[in-house]
Amino acid sequence: MGNEKVITAEQLTKRFGDFVAVDAISFEVSKGEIFGFLGANGAGKTTAMRMLCGLSLPTSGKATVAGFDVFKQNESIKKKIGYMSQKFSLYEDLTVKENIRFYGGIYGKSDSFIKEKTEKLLQQLHLTNEANALVRSLPLGWKQKLAFSVAIFHEPDIVFLDEPTGGVDPVTRREFWNMIYEASARGITVFVTTHYLDEAEYCNRVSIMVDGKIEALDTPAKLKEQYHAESMDEVFLQLARKATRSDG
Amino acid sequence: MPAVTVDHITKTYGTKKSIVTALDDVSFHVEQGELFGIIGPDGAGKTSLFRILTTLLLADKGNAVVDGNDVVKDYRSIRNKVGYMPGKFSLYPDLSIEENLAFFATIFNTTVSENYHLIKDIYEQIAPFKDRRAGKLSGGMKQKLALCCALIHKPTVLFLDEPTTGVDAVSRKEFWIMLKGLKQQGITILVSTPYMDEASRCDRVALIQGGKILQINTPEGITQQFGRKLFAVKSANMLDLLHQLKSINGVQDAYPFGEFHHVVLKEGVDNITMPPNTVSKEVKPDIEDCFIALMKNNG
Amino acid sequence: MKQFISFIRKEFYHIFRDRKTMLILLVMPIVQIVIFGFALTNEVKNSKFSVLDNAHDAASAALIQQLDASQYFELQSNLHSYNDISEAFKKGTIKLAVVIPEHFSDDLEHQNKAQVQLVADASDPNVANTLVNYAGAVILDYQDRITQDKKLPYTINTEIRMLYNPQLKGAYNFVPGVMAMVLLLVCTMMTAITIVKEKEMGTMEIMLVSPLKPLLIIIAKAIPYLLLSIVNIISILLLSVFVLDVPINGSIVLLMSESILFTIVSLSLGLLISTGASSQQTAMFISLVGMFLPTVMFSGFMFPVENMPKPLQIISNIVPAKWYYIIVRSVMIKGVGIEAVWKETLVLFGMMLFFLGMAFKQFKIRLA
Repeated sequence: MGNEKVITAEQLTKRFGDFVAVDAISFEVSKGEIFGFLGANGAGKTTAMRMLCGLSLPTSGKATVAGFDVFKQNESIKKKIGYMSQKFSLYEDLTVKENIRFYGGIYGKSDSFIKEKTEKLLQQLHLTNEANALVRSLPLGWKQKLAFSVAIFHEPDIVFLDEPTGGVDPVTRREFWNMIYEASARGITVFVTTHYLDEAEYCNRVSIMVDGKIEALDTPAKLKEQYHAESMDEVFLQLARKATRSDG
Repeated sequence: MPAVTVDHITKTYGTKKSIVTALDDVSFHVEQGELFGIIGPDGAGKTSLFRILTTLLLADKGNAVVDGNDVVKDYRSIRNKVGYMPGKFSLYPDLSIEENLAFFATIFNTTVSENYHLIKDIYEQIAPFKDRRAGKLSGGMKQKLALCCALIHKPTVLFLDEPTTGVDAVSRKEFWIMLKGLKQQGITILVSTPYMDEASRCDRVALIQGGKILQINTPEGITQQFGRKLFAVKSANMLDLLHQLKSINGVQDAYPFGEFHHVVLKEGVDNITMPPNTVSKEVKPDIEDCFIALMKNNG
Repeated sequence: MKQFISFIRKEFYHIFRDRKTMLILLVMPIVQIVIFGFALTNEVKNSKFSVLDNAHDAASAALIQQLDASQYFELQSNLHSYNDISEAFKKGTIKLAVVIPEHFSDDLEHQNKAQVQLVADASDPNVANTLVNYAGAVILDYQDRITQDKKLPYTINTEIRMLYNPQLKGAYNFVPGVMAMVLLLVCTMMTAITIVKEKEMGTMEIMLVSPLKPLLIIIAKAIPYLLLSIVNIISILLLSVFVLDVPINGSIVLLMSESILFTIVSLSLGLLISTGASSQQTAMFISLVGMFLPTVMFSGFMFPVENMPKPLQIISNIVPAKWYYIIVRSVMIKGVGIEAVWKETLVLFGMMLFFLGMAFKQFKIRLA
């Protein structure tokens, strides 16, 4: 993990009318880091993530992603990032191969690059026999692993993962995290949200958002020390209970 | 008489060409007043099982009895007395909290005031927002409202299909406290969840994967049956450590587990030499360790 | 009963709280009728006509002058032979030709009776009919004027020839047509969508697990749309009578009863669609393509069924709107009673029983 910063946010704020969804958050993420982005429902995680992906314009503050400004260069950002969410990632009515091809095409990769990499990817995922099967017919865990591979198919600088392991069985969940580690070792920065707090432990650093603000940001070990907690679960509960708006 | 009896239930979907077995010869029973957890990942067959028990789906094989009534023959009487909260919080987004609750009360032939004592503790948490439309509520509030709606007719058996999915850790904790309260009022509760850590909150649990029940027991009973030594290990480079651990003789399995890696030793092996520069300690297995072991045995 | 009323109240909440639904339900019918109405009345202003005047006498000149002076017509040219008429129509320069026979004045004065022939381009039947009606009125006007100071009344017989479409459809086609269309849209599409929406939201699961009888769910879903349809029928009829001057010649009670019957047929169709469709898009697609298009094509409202090839004519019989359209035209425009439309009414009634029966049979008490 180098010192090169691939995400920087400074006083980043998003307002919707009177409502401050994201309230002046500041943080940095280094190249190859696995950065956990936690928070209760409604704490502002999704809004913050959308701003960093170039999907939503911040109200004020500063932020750069992969060296590009989120205000002016959001189109350039999109070429340098990958995105995967639990809800939408693959087309169920396309085959495994067609999905890979499609995403490769979106990012303007050449046919030969796509072809070569598809073979490799199918082998890694043990999906060679299912290459022409509809994604619909795959078990959820396989879909999620495939979705992740597709999200980093174009070798982005950063991959944003929005609750990637929801509902996945414990064995596949670990296989999934293995893939995250490998991507991180290759220098891809991983920005991940999750509801499984044991997964927070797998991250290099974790930030916890409460009511639009980042209340805590450090390595899991230091956070546990700071909050005198046995597990990240406890840290999270201590912080999230302070929330005034999470349920409103 | 058990509150729920499931007897060799099998359910398949699809055509002849591609058959998906959602439930494969599943049997268990739930006692009166028990808080019974069905724990497994998405696609394990939890929703199919709940739909069969709430008379929404017909099984291919086997029978099930809920509160003394057969789910096929006596489906009408079951529909009168069970409460059901489907996976998606099934509320009307364009109706307010109050309107949703009143509506569900009337279709179950009752009024909000008649059984208010049952939902009082839960409803009071959302009552300040009672005029807000359900579509504008947070996940935790929707979950509470959906639970109130499922309870309003004082069901004898309550079926909750993944009530905590997509809800944050705080709301999840609160939800389990609410369930405990309901259990004390004598309601039998069947709850399904993909979160292994929620197992310890149930009286008994069934671990389910790929349509098959892996094990049924009390949470303690399940962990006691693990039967192998388990160590938690950590070092500075966790990824390398995992590869090292897997190559050690006597190690059955090693996988990440929170800030540690868990190392399962082969049967009969009591100890191994850990790689250098590691911190390790023997730990008790939890439900997730058991689930992983059971999954790997079955697969 | 309390369950039932509570269910209906909930349905009304859904409708009143969704602006799009409200727009489709209540504003669209009015907009449609107004658009159709004014598109039609605008077209006949200053229509070009030509005259083949074989008489060339004082009376014929006065008649032509009176036609030209009216706001509806404008004299384009004088023709010289019968063949010129079809030439002019083919060129599209005129919409109406007036043929005045020889000895027009003489016939009027000596026999008190004369003939005038009106030839219209009926490839656009609505326009042709309106033009002929207007021209007839102008001629009648002229006849009254010259009769005033005579003891014996003059009579000018107008002989009408509709070119290209001899079995002409009535000019007020669009009111019955729009009624059929609107009722179908509101009842079939909206009912189908509203039930499928509950499936999508997952609330149908709870309904099914509740003690509510499936029959009750279906009826409660349909009733708000039945009520709104009655509001629509009334507003369309009011607009027709007071804004578009389309008369209701027959019994209003009969017209309303027939409309309610057709509404129920449409509702049962919507219910039937909803039992098969699993997403709102599917429901909408089936309603639009499966119901709406055939209605426009085969009801006789846009294209005369009689002129279609035999197979299409047979197909048109299964389109409920065709029968409703015949009933409304007969009752509203012709002013006939139930004795003239009992057959069509029976057909609609049979369709209602069939669709309802199918819908109840198909409605699942379980999910799959």
